[in-house]
Amino acid sequence: MEINAIYVIVAREFKKFVRERSRLFSAIARPLLWLFIVGAGISRLVPRDTGVPYTQFIFPGIIGMTILFSSIFSSISIIWDKEFGFMKEILVAPVSRFSIVIGKALSGTVVSTIQAAIILALFPFIGFKLGILQIIWVIVICASISFSISAFGIVLATFYDSYESFSVIMNFIIMPMFFLSGAMYPVKLLPDILRIVSMINPLTYGVDAIKHIIFTFEAGRMSPDFPFIIDIIVIILTSIIFVLIAGKSFERKG
Amino acid sequence: MILSTGMYQRIKLSGTNSMPIIKVENLIKRFGNITAVNDISFEVKEGTIFGFLGPNGAGKTTTINVLCTLLSPTSGSAFIAGYDCMKEPSEVRKAIGIVFQDTTLDKDLTAYENLIFHAYLYNVAKDEMKQRVDDALRFLDLYERKNDLVKKFSGGMKRRLEVARGLIHRPRVLFLDEPTLGLDPQSRTKLWEFIAELTEKHNVTIFMTTHYMEEAEVCDRIAIIDNGKIIAAGTPDELKKAIGGDVIYIKTTDNASAKKEIERLLKFGVSEKDSELFMTCAMGDTCIPEVIRTIGEKVLSVRLQRPTLNDVFLKLTGKTIREEEATGEDSVRESIRAYRRRH
Ligand SMILES: Nc1ncnc2c1ncn2[C@@H]1O[C@H](COP(=O)(O)OP(=O)(O)OP(=O)(O)O)[C@@H](O)[C@H]1O
Ligand SMILES: [Mg+2]
Repeated sequence: MEINAIYVIVAREFKKFVRERSRLFSAIARPLLWLFIVGAGISRLVPRDTGVPYTQFIFPGIIGMTILFSSIFSSISIIWDKEFGFMKEILVAPVSRFSIVIGKALSGTVVSTIQAAIILALFPFIGFKLGILQIIWVIVICASISFSISAFGIVLATFYDSYESFSVIMNFIIMPMFFLSGAMYPVKLLPDILRIVSMINPLTYGVDAIKHIIFTFEAGRMSPDFPFIIDIIVIILTSIIFVLIAGKSFERKG
Repeated sequence: MILSTGMYQRIKLSGTNSMPIIKVENLIKRFGNITAVNDISFEVKEGTIFGFLGPNGAGKTTTINVLCTLLSPTSGSAFIAGYDCMKEPSEVRKAIGIVFQDTTLDKDLTAYENLIFHAYLYNVAKDEMKQRVDDALRFLDLYERKNDLVKKFSGGMKRRLEVARGLIHRPRVLFLDEPTLGLDPQSRTKLWEFIAELTEKHNVTIFMTTHYMEEAEVCDRIAIIDNGKIIAAGTPDELKKAIGGDVIYIKTTDNASAKKEIERLLKFGVSEKDSELFMTCAMGDTCIPEVIRTIGEKVLSVRLQRPTLNDVFLKLTGKTIREEEATGEDSVRESIRAYRRRH
């Protein structure tokens, strides 16, 4: 493991994240809009006896959304790095392609987990009472999903390598992944086809795991869709699989 | 210059090493049906400056990309410091530093941060990092601007910063793909002084391309590449001699009789143009006294014109080497950046 190289790739991303105020601002603003505007509106349509108030129901999904966007954005920055030449600086260095991928995946993990933690800190305003252990658990889950999604983003970045492909990724990958993750509606209530798509979406299991941790009450139809242990296994497996695929595709295309 | 501060510590080992530091054999690189590099072979000795000249699209950058392990060749082999560029890329990468043709800096980081990033990437020892980065910045006169974001730098400053970065890990071979593109004459001169110092004092090998023929004069050896093939190689003097020697121009009080005398006694072919006689000879400086002795008092003025590398280049490739305009590509990059900012 080339610790120095991995460290500095993460440090660069972190520095740029802190420096680009607008990126941080929009990263935080988007989930807030969904939570307090979309969520508040839809909650009027949802019957009160479903177990969980709607704004509480979508809270795990909104955390998932924060992670989804920021992890993919972070990994997609590889496309910019190629476009502006900086990637060459990394590729001619005596560093293995695999370390570069790990560095990039951890970059996404760090910035996404920070953003997820900021959103999580809003829990009292949504009406949750969380203990310190629950908070730690949620953050651990967030970090794991972030890693998995960031690695997935790297795979995307190696396949799409021009900035035009950005809107394709946005519309045909990120948005469907968000809507079919159990974030806005329980997976078990979806029509068959959509349910199947949701079940192959790795984000679904991350959102589900967070539901397990923070819905300590009886949630009825709005309860988690899969056993907690399944969620954890899927998150770990997808992390490993994506990072391996990313490493491979990076080596090939580099 | 301020190189004394331990910027580099390798000491020149004179004449111990006859193995070439760069060795390329029958290298071919095709992109689809374009043959960018067409069966070239050459060697570069350690501690020398090797100039790779050629018109746009000749295959210079492609060759550099193969040598620095970014591209695998279609066939042929390349070795740097004894390591195979295809089979031992990691060893090769440790031995080389590169200034690419297009800038590869992170413009959203400061100069200092760009260099520190490089130091970590090349596993420079922690306790030496700061010193090396500061030395490199001082060396290229960027120390005062070290905490400025690179996007606020001028083109020339960026170029210098890239050279500084390429030196942080003390490479044995430094590739410079048009290092002085866009630099003002002062910065160019400075950069060349600095490069000469690198080779002379620290035994660094320089592999460079340039479009400025005057700059190619500093090279120990030159290879001229056109359409992917090396069409001439040698020292600058050898190349100039190869296209025919120096030209002596003489004005006399009586051209006709002077012409006869020179032709009779010295057996030179003499021509006349614009009431001036001119003749070609291999070594102009030793010819002039002979010519003057031959025609004695008739001489009014003498001038000697040496072939330049430009003449060499023109004669061999049929093209004058073009300086690149600030091209479309830059502005495309700019608009991409603007696009990115808006989204
Ligand atoms: N990635 C690529 N895909 C396809 N063709 C390429 C690629 N890179 C270079 N070429 C082609 O290979 C040829 C040599 O290009 P190269 O960049 O090596 O030229 P160069 O000598 O560096 O020119 P310049 O002085 O303009 O920098 C050109 O015809 C170019 O179009
Ligand atoms: Mg080039």
